[in-house]
Amino acid sequence: MIDNEQVEILLNDVLENHGYDFLEYSHASIKRRIIRLYGLDNFVSFAEFRYTVRTDKQYFKRFLEEITVNVTEMFRDPSFYKSLRNDVLPVLGTYPFIRIWVAGCSTGEEAYSLAIVLKELNLLHKSLIYATDINPSVLEKAKKGMFPLTYLKQYSENYRQSGGLKDFSAYYTANYSLAKFDESLNRKMIFSTHNLVSDHSFNEFQLILCRNVLIYFDKELQHKVFNLFDGSIEKLGYLALGSKESLEFWPKAKEYKRIKMEKIWRKL
Amino acid sequence: MAKTIGSASCEALIIGGSAGSLDVLLEIFPALRTDICFPIVIVVHRKANNESLLTDLLKSRTLLAVGEAEEKEFLTPGKVFIAPADYHMLIEEDRSISLDYSEKVNYSRPSIDVTFQSAAEVFKEKLVCILLSGSNSDGVEGLKSVNNFGGTVVIQNPDTAVMPYMPQQAVLNVMPHVILDSRNMADYINKLND
Repeated sequence: MIDNEQVEILLNDVLENHGYDFLEYSHASIKRRIIRLYGLDNFVSFAEFRYTVRTDKQYFKRFLEEITVNVTEMFRDPSFYKSLRNDVLPVLGTYPFIRIWVAGCSTGEEAYSLAIVLKELNLLHKSLIYATDINPSVLEKAKKGMFPLTYLKQYSENYRQSGGLKDFSAYYTANYSLAKFDESLNRKMIFSTHNLVSDHSFNEFQLILCRNVLIYFDKELQHKVFNLFDGSIEKLGYLALGSKESLEFWPKAKEYKRIKMEKIWRKL
Repeated sequence: MAKTIGSASCEALIIGGSAGSLDVLLEIFPALRTDICFPIVIVVHRKANNESLLTDLLKSRTLLAVGEAEEKEFLTPGKVFIAPADYHMLIEEDRSISLDYSEKVNYSRPSIDVTFQSAAEVFKEKLVCILLSGSNSDGVEGLKSVNNFGGTVVIQNPDTAVMPYMPQQAVLNVMPHVILDSRNMADYINKLND
């Protein structure tokens, strides 16, 4: 079994050799991910695991993909998407051009959900969705816009509950076990790696979506990322978080106003 | 394996359950003393969408503070923390809560194994874990960790469980310190306070 000290050693190695800083991630979660990967890949000793992570570039790709959580869903939390559809996006629709940042987009399910709502509100043509993640291999998947067909029943139910009125299957074509989403959706997306821990602000947005990413960060890192977002949101722009995340304890929270019951805040 | 109940003072109690466990919780809660001096964590499998139902039900049965666990919140004595639907709940070294939306474990999120395992290491012999009724084997691996770190393993008597499979698996695979009928559970928990 891997102990706390070994986790620390491994994460320091990763920072030193690969430039990724996981030291301010929530400890219990990242430790569990590390132990899980160690078991999955049948390492026999910590020394072997450490050596492989340090020196094997190919393996490090896998490490990065497995150590970060890439579980996501289309139209996750339907009431959240309902609020985006009814309260947030119509306001942004009054702008000549809409810039949105999906931070920590993983395999892209949220970005595609957002594009669908924008399309239905007839706003997609003047929108640009920047979808970023720390992890280059999930971005490759996101670009393709292909999701396992087995999840589509759930996604289409989520879509309906979020106020979607169309036939969800109109947005994709089934291709063996995958659903390939319409290319008109990702034509308005820009995919790029971005590390919330170490990279800076790169634009100003009217809406930033960062859902179920900050739960993996410790409090100090969460506040740093809120500051990064604060520097990347226009006045009167919006910040959307996951259902269990909150701006509440961040010192500048009072400069933001919460929208209804959802985890959406507007910059004042 | 004999261990006097409550010999090492309890610093956290975690109750895990699945199908058939709600009735047991509803039986336990009204009988709990209100000066409980450790945090109580509840990890129950349920559908992702009826979020506050379990919290509301338990709240109405006790004077103890009951709330859905918040990310980074500290486990404080005398309060009941309910693992939110569709998140795993882990305990950090500083006894704060981390939530995690990673893959389901044993087809479950929250998974009882995940919470038991992370708490086992933090609270060691000061941890008491109770596994209730259910129809899969979540919780069994977690109880093994609790045992390894010197915590106390309590399992609901499968004969009194609506769904005996989960406690049965636990009894077969983990050496429990105590096997309890549901009607004796509140009494057992109250005595952990002494």
